[in-house]
Amino acid sequence: MDITIRLFAGARDTAGTSSTVIQLPHGGTAKLALDQLLLHFPALTRLVAVSRVAVNLDYASLDTVLQPGDELAVLPPVSGGGI
Amino acid sequence: MIRTRRGRAWISDEPVGADALARELQDERFGGLVTFEGVVRRHSRGKRIVFLEYDAYPGMAERQMAQILDEAATNWPDTQILAVHRKGRLEIGMVAVAIAAAAPHRAEAFAACRYVIDEIKQRVPIWKKEVAEDGESWIEGD
Repeated sequence: MDITIRLFAGARDTAGTSSTVIQLPHGGTAKLALDQLLLHFPALTRLVAVSRVAVNLDYASLDTVLQPGDELAVLPPVSGGGI
Repeated sequence: MIRTRRGRAWISDEPVGADALARELQDERFGGLVTFEGVVRRHSRGKRIVFLEYDAYPGMAERQMAQILDEAATNWPDTQILAVHRKGRLEIGMVAVAIAAAAPHRAEAFAACRYVIDEIKQRVPIWKKEVAEDGESWIEGD
């Protein structure tokens, strides 16, 4: 199934893209999706290790089972709020 | 933009400020009105900043901000809150985030405003890149 992975901030700069589509078997988890992502973008290894994930706009755990068309996002430690 | 039970939260590409938010919350019900602005400073982590850039995951950021406002409405039921965060390039002195909280009494207004900015900094998917004279870096965490 197609899973879209959104990349932000340092992850986007490192990968050179803000979005990529990976192939995952049905029943694949967020963790598997990240493993696939790192096969294509090994330079993201450090950032992925310290990042949280979101699935369809909500924080999710790595064992979340993904559905076709889901959007996964790699979220490095956030730094909004000004100051 | 997401409207909550008692407020609104959004991400903006245009300049923002707390004054406009405060004017909107003026109401005869509210005896306390508290505002906060997060402003871009010249110095950070020993570096002289040239400008900042904020990246955001807009759909999720607004959703998280709206959840924060809902939590504040639960904790302080009579408050009304507006919260907006910038994305894009910001110069020194510009406002990155603005919050206004109004309540019948000041205790709730202060508490709600504080809660919202603290929670935004913890969990809203927004990232700051500091562009300094000798290089740039995405800041990880607070």
